[in-house]
Amino acid sequence: MLPGIVRSSSRHLPCRRSLTKWMSVRNLAAASGDQMTVRDALNSAIDEEMAADPKVFVMGEEVGEYQGAYKVTKGLLQKYGPDRVLDTPITEAGFTGIGVGAAFQGLKPIVEFMTFNFAMQAIDHIINSAAKTYYMSGGQISVPIVFRGPNGAAAGVGAQHSQCFAAWYGSCPGLKVVTPYSAEDARGLLKAAIRDPDPVVFLENELLYGENFPVSSQVRDPNFTLPIGKAKVEREGTDVTITAFSKMVGFALKAADELAKDGIKAEVINLRSIRPLDRETINASVRKTYRLVAVEEGWPQHGVCAEVCASVQEESFDYLDAPIERISGADIPMPYAANLERLALPQIEDIVRAAKRACYRSK
Amino acid sequence: MGLLPLLLRGAPKRFLRASGSYRSLYESNSRRRRHGTDAAAADQAVNSRADHRPDDQMLDFPGAKAAFTSRMEFISPNAAEAVPCFRILDDLGRALDGSDIPEVDSSLAVKMYHTMVRLQTFDSIFYEAQRQGRISFYLTNIGEEALNVASAAALTKDDVVFPQYREHGVLMWRGFTLDEFANQCFSNEAGHGKGRQMPIHYGSEKLNYFTISSPIATQLPHAVGAAYGLKMDRKNACAVTYFGDGGSSEGDFHAACNFAAVLEAPVLFVCRNNGYAISTPACEQYKGDGIVVRGRGYGMTSIRVDGNDALAVFKAVSAARKLAVEQSKPVLIEAMTYRVGHHSTSDDSTKYRSGEEIAHWRSVRDPVLRFRRWLESNAWWSVEDEKELRGAARKEVISAMNQAEKKNKPPLSELFTDVYDTLPRNLLEQEATLRDTVSKNPPSLAPH
Repeated sequence: MLPGIVRSSSRHLPCRRSLTKWMSVRNLAAASGDQMTVRDALNSAIDEEMAADPKVFVMGEEVGEYQGAYKVTKGLLQKYGPDRVLDTPITEAGFTGIGVGAAFQGLKPIVEFMTFNFAMQAIDHIINSAAKTYYMSGGQISVPIVFRGPNGAAAGVGAQHSQCFAAWYGSCPGLKVVTPYSAEDARGLLKAAIRDPDPVVFLENELLYGENFPVSSQVRDPNFTLPIGKAKVEREGTDVTITAFSKMVGFALKAADELAKDGIKAEVINLRSIRPLDRETINASVRKTYRLVAVEEGWPQHGVCAEVCASVQEESFDYLDAPIERISGADIPMPYAANLERLALPQIEDIVRAAKRACYRSK
Repeated sequence: MGLLPLLLRGAPKRFLRASGSYRSLYESNSRRRRHGTDAAAADQAVNSRADHRPDDQMLDFPGAKAAFTSRMEFISPNAAEAVPCFRILDDLGRALDGSDIPEVDSSLAVKMYHTMVRLQTFDSIFYEAQRQGRISFYLTNIGEEALNVASAAALTKDDVVFPQYREHGVLMWRGFTLDEFANQCFSNEAGHGKGRQMPIHYGSEKLNYFTISSPIATQLPHAVGAAYGLKMDRKNACAVTYFGDGGSSEGDFHAACNFAAVLEAPVLFVCRNNGYAISTPACEQYKGDGIVVRGRGYGMTSIRVDGNDALAVFKAVSAARKLAVEQSKPVLIEAMTYRVGHHSTSDDSTKYRSGEEIAHWRSVRDPVLRFRRWLESNAWWSVEDEKELRGAARKEVISAMNQAEKKNKPPLSELFTDVYDTLPRNLLEQEATLRDTVSKNPPSLAPH
C-alpha cells in the first residue's frame, strides 16, 4: 500500500463479501511469448500507471470484487485496495459526477462504464462537467479523467447495448477521444490517456478483449505510450486508402488481403484517435492512392466517416479519382437476431466491394 | 458438503442467527439446490428454523438487519411532527432563553455584518444594472445573506466550496473583491473567467470556490468526489456544497448523498430551502418533510436550521464541519430561508406569489436586520455605523460597476485557449483564419 493513502477502518462493511482473503494475488504478467491480449494490455497499462502515480484510481460497477465485468480490472483490488479500486453503486450519473469532482480536486480517476451505452445516463457530466470545465473556468480547473469501457456492437446484445458513440464524443471540443484496435494500441493509448491532463474518452470493443496481438519488448516497457492524435498506417498500399477504427481495422486488413488477390493494393489506416483526428495521415495517404473508402460500425449520418470525407474533399479534392465510399452500420437500432445483426453491420465483403467500386473495378 | 450434515442433525442455533452465519445458510441452501436433494431435506432445514419463536428470529437478509414483527404496520408518509428547526435568535434578533451562543466576538460579528450589507448592496445595484441593459443577466441573494455569510464564516479557506449559483456571499466572505465580481458580470478582459461565462457564474481557484456550473445539482457529486480526494490526501478540510429545495429533486442529489455515505466522504450538503424553485413552491417540489428527513434514508447525519439566523447557521455549520473532518462523515444541513428576490432577471415572481408575501419577508423577516439587532444589543453597532456602511458600500459598488463597464472586452487571443491543456494545431489554424477574416473587415468586428 503506497504511503498517503487513507485506509478507512469501516470500509469493509459487514455486508460485503470479502473475496480478498480467499483469492491469491493474481499473477498480473501478460500472456507469455511475444503476444498479448487486448484485455491484458489494458489491465497492465492501468496497473503500471497506478503503481507509478498514487493519484490514479479506478471506479466503476463491478471493477473491484467482481474483478471487472469484462475482467479488465482483474487483480487490481487485491493489489491496491478498496481506496483505489472503488466498486460503485449503480448510478452512472452519480459516479461520473463524483469522478469529475475528484479530478477537479487533483486526483486522476479512471471511470469504467460497463458499456458506453450506459454512459448516456452520465453524458451531462462527461460533456458539461468534464469537457467544458477547463474552458469555462478560464484555465483554473483541469480535469485529468479517463472514461473507458466497451463501445459499439458486441454480439447479440440488441439496440441498447450496441450503439457506437465515437461520432457523438468526437464532435465535442474539450474531449479527446481514442479508439484502440490492437494490444499495442490499448497499452500505449491508455497510458497516454491516463497521463493526459485533459479528459479522455477511451472507446474499447468487447469483441477485441480476448484477441491476441504480437507485441514487442518496447510495447511492454512501463513507459511505453502512443501519441493521442496520430493514426497508424497498418498496411501500406498504392491503389486505395481504407480508413477504419477499432474492430473494423481487423476487417479492413482482411479486406486488403482479399483485394490483393485481385491485384488491388490497399493502404489500411488505423485511425487510433477520433479527436483529434489525424487529417494529415489520411490526406497524405489519399494523395498517394487517389481513392478512399471510410469504414465505421456506427450509424452513417453525422458519423466519423462523414468527417473523414469532409476533410479529404476539403484538402485533397484535386487528388481524388473517384467519389469517396462510406461503409457504416445500417441506419437502424441494432436488431438482436443473429442474421439481422450480421446484415446491420459492415462485413469484410462490403469493404471489398466498396474498394473495387472506388477502383472502378465493379458496380 | 461440510455444513449440510450439521444442519440435518438439527444444527446448533448459531447457524441460524444473523451476523455472519447467514452466509453459511445461504451457501448450504444453494448447494442443496445444485445437488437437487429431495424436498424432505429442505423441509427439515425449514422446520428447524421454525422451531424458534418469531420473536427470537432476526432478519438475516443481506439488505438489512432488524427484528421481525408479526404486526403489519405501514410507516406513515410523515412523522407526527416535522423535524424541529434549530435557532438561537428570535425574529427580532434577541437570544432565546437557554440558547448557547457560539463564540462570535465583536470583530467577527461586525465583519459578517459588513459582508452581508455589501452583498445586499451589490445585489440591488447590479439587478438594476441588468434592468437598464448594462449587463445581460443577474440573480440576487436577497433574503439569504445570513445563510451565505454565516456558513462561509464557519468554514476555513481550505474547505472547498461547490456552489449552485445563489452563494455569492460565500465568495465575498472569502475575499473576492467587488471589482472581481463586477468584472465577471461585465465579462471584460480583467474578469477571471476570460469572458467565458454568463454573469454571476463566478469561480476562484485561489479561494477554493469552484466555477459555477449551470445544470442544477451537478455540483453535488462533484463535491463528493472532491471530498474523497481530500480524504485520500489526508487534508484537514472538507467539501461543502450548496443547493436549493428544487435541486434536491435531481438524480444527482440522490447519487451524491448515497455515495457520500457509502464512501464516508467528508462533505457538507447545505440545502438552501428558500421555498421556491423559480415558480414551483416547495409544496409542489416534494411531499415529505423537506430535505432533512432524507438524510436518515441515506444513513447520513442531518439537521434542520433557521437559515435566516446567522448565529444558528454559524454554529450548525461549525459543528457539522468538525464531524465531517474529524470522522470523515457527510452531513446534511437543511437551512430554512426565503428567496425574497425573483429567481433571476428572467423572472417576475409577482406572477406566482403575492406582493404582500414578498414585502413581509423583505422587511419584517430580513435576516440582515435581525443580525444587526443582535449586534446593536451587544453595543457593537450603531445608527451612525449603519449610515456610514450603507453609504460606503453603495459608493464602492457603483465605482466597481462603472470601472468594470469601461474596460475592454476579452481579446480574441483568449477565444481558443483552455479548450485543452496545450493549444492544438487545428485551433491555431482556426485562430489564424479568424484573424485574417477580422483584419479584412470593418473595425466594429475586431475585438482586438
